[in-house]
Amino acid sequence: MSAAPAPTTASQRGSPWLRYLALALVSVLMLYPLVWLVGATFKSNAEIFTEIGFIPSRLSFEAYVKGWKTSTEYTFATYFLNSFLITVPRIVVTVISCVLVAYAFARFEFFARRTLFAVMVGTMMLPLIVLRLPQYLMFREVGLLDSYWPLILPSAFATDTFFVFLLVQFLRGIPRDMEEAAMIDGCNALQMLWHIIVPLLKPAIISVIVFQFIWTMNDFMGPLIYLASVEKYPVSLALKMSIGATEEVEWANVIAISVVALIPSVVVFFAAQKHFIEGATSSGIKG
Amino acid sequence: MYENRRLGFLFVLPFVLGVVLFKLFPFAMSFALSFTEYDVMDPPRFVGLQNYRELALEDPLFRQSLGVTLWFAVLAVPLRVGFALFIAHVLNFRLRGINFFRSAFYLPSILGGSIAVAVLWRFLFARNGLVNGVLGHFGVEPIAWLADEHYSMWTIVLLFTWQFGSAMVIFLAALQNVPQSLYEAAEIDGASRNQQFWRITVPLITPVIFFNLIMQMVNAFQEFNAPYMVTEGGPLSSTYVLALYIYDQSFRYFNLGYGSALSWVLFALVAGLAGLSFWSQRYWVFYAGEKEGRK
Repeated sequence: MSAAPAPTTASQRGSPWLRYLALALVSVLMLYPLVWLVGATFKSNAEIFTEIGFIPSRLSFEAYVKGWKTSTEYTFATYFLNSFLITVPRIVVTVISCVLVAYAFARFEFFARRTLFAVMVGTMMLPLIVLRLPQYLMFREVGLLDSYWPLILPSAFATDTFFVFLLVQFLRGIPRDMEEAAMIDGCNALQMLWHIIVPLLKPAIISVIVFQFIWTMNDFMGPLIYLASVEKYPVSLALKMSIGATEEVEWANVIAISVVALIPSVVVFFAAQKHFIEGATSSGIKG
Repeated sequence: MYENRRLGFLFVLPFVLGVVLFKLFPFAMSFALSFTEYDVMDPPRFVGLQNYRELALEDPLFRQSLGVTLWFAVLAVPLRVGFALFIAHVLNFRLRGINFFRSAFYLPSILGGSIAVAVLWRFLFARNGLVNGVLGHFGVEPIAWLADEHYSMWTIVLLFTWQFGSAMVIFLAALQNVPQSLYEAAEIDGASRNQQFWRITVPLITPVIFFNLIMQMVNAFQEFNAPYMVTEGGPLSSTYVLALYIYDQSFRYFNLGYGSALSWVLFALVAGLAGLSFWSQRYWVFYAGEKEGRK
């Protein structure tokens, strides 16, 4: 985005102070709820619902300790581990399959390339909910229910077409000079992929990793449908369970653990924000 | 090497298999199942159009959820897209700290889909939650956001709107591509800032407005986490969206045939509205570089 034409300067159009004021107001509206909730985790149950300030009168980590333990026989350590056991393999297979397919679409000529590309863009708009039930029946047929396979396997076939699209768009913007030079030097397709294409695609691949990480951590309906045993629950399902179990009892615990559940995504977001906000910008994205 | 058709096809093969196995086949299967009665235990039984007849004529809950879904989309999509455009417009100036604001506004759209945020949302809108606390300072009586069917919809609409960040960054990129010279010319002609926005900015970014509207519409019709977690479809089914009904029929009551028919209604609705939007483009979407409207 840095290469984009310079936007209007503040001096040219309107006072910057009004804009800052508007932006600051919106930031407060947007972010105060999150700040307040973090503050709430240190408060007593009574205090949560009488105070709209976020600074607690005492600093207690009790809610975190209790929330982490949960009312089940497992702690959130198990649920976080489960989430990572789903997320990490899924990211690996997503990156491999999507890079291969994007490389083919962006560079190669092959049978029905245009049609396949249109199909790919079309399936981005297909409501996922229509596919849930039949996919469930398919995995049931092959005996893979209550395992992580249904959550990971489809991604190994580049079915997260949004990522393919993102990579194709990125690759199309890169001139082919380096590849042509490598071809003259006798580089074969796999060497080309590994030594030239992957390094060039690095910023886009980071976007793919970050989005897939956050979306998989956020995914709720998938685990809800496929997983039956509590010991396999990821964080999202465990959270849902904890709110059912502690209805109106220890709100602070539930809030505390929800805050903890957001930490991995927030960390990844801030670590990679530069790359992936721009990745999102250049391709257009779902929210 | 790039002319090697076999090699290219080899690379694209995972996608071909994947799209057939995990997209097209389930898609067709769902269509076939919608004409059956199926409860997993016994094999599916063909019943023709009965599922569709039932939901059209004899199912008040379907009518309710259809209405709720449409109402949700009508409120939430323009709010999210409008807000995203407005903020992008304000951000589109060389201000110090623009990166901070961009990240701050983007963060909710990253976290917003998670169950954790849905849980937190419940607390914000609880009877004694933050929202009522703040309103109380202005002398507003506490509102039962989650328990009153007149307000419950707004909690999930606000959650949806809160996640405007992803649409915003797309607008931001589009705004920065509007040629500066147009504004300068307008300035000389004495156009007010308001006029510049509506006569230059908006027409030039209509393709992006269109893109955001379509994508957010597809999202809105599938919204599941918020109504499932924040309001649980209630009270009095006032937030019982179609996605929730499909889930209940399919995975709680195991009426798989009926669930499939419902999901095809949702699909037809989204496809129909998307088709309508594509058709409407010729009247309001302006593509630079095309002389006349599209055919």
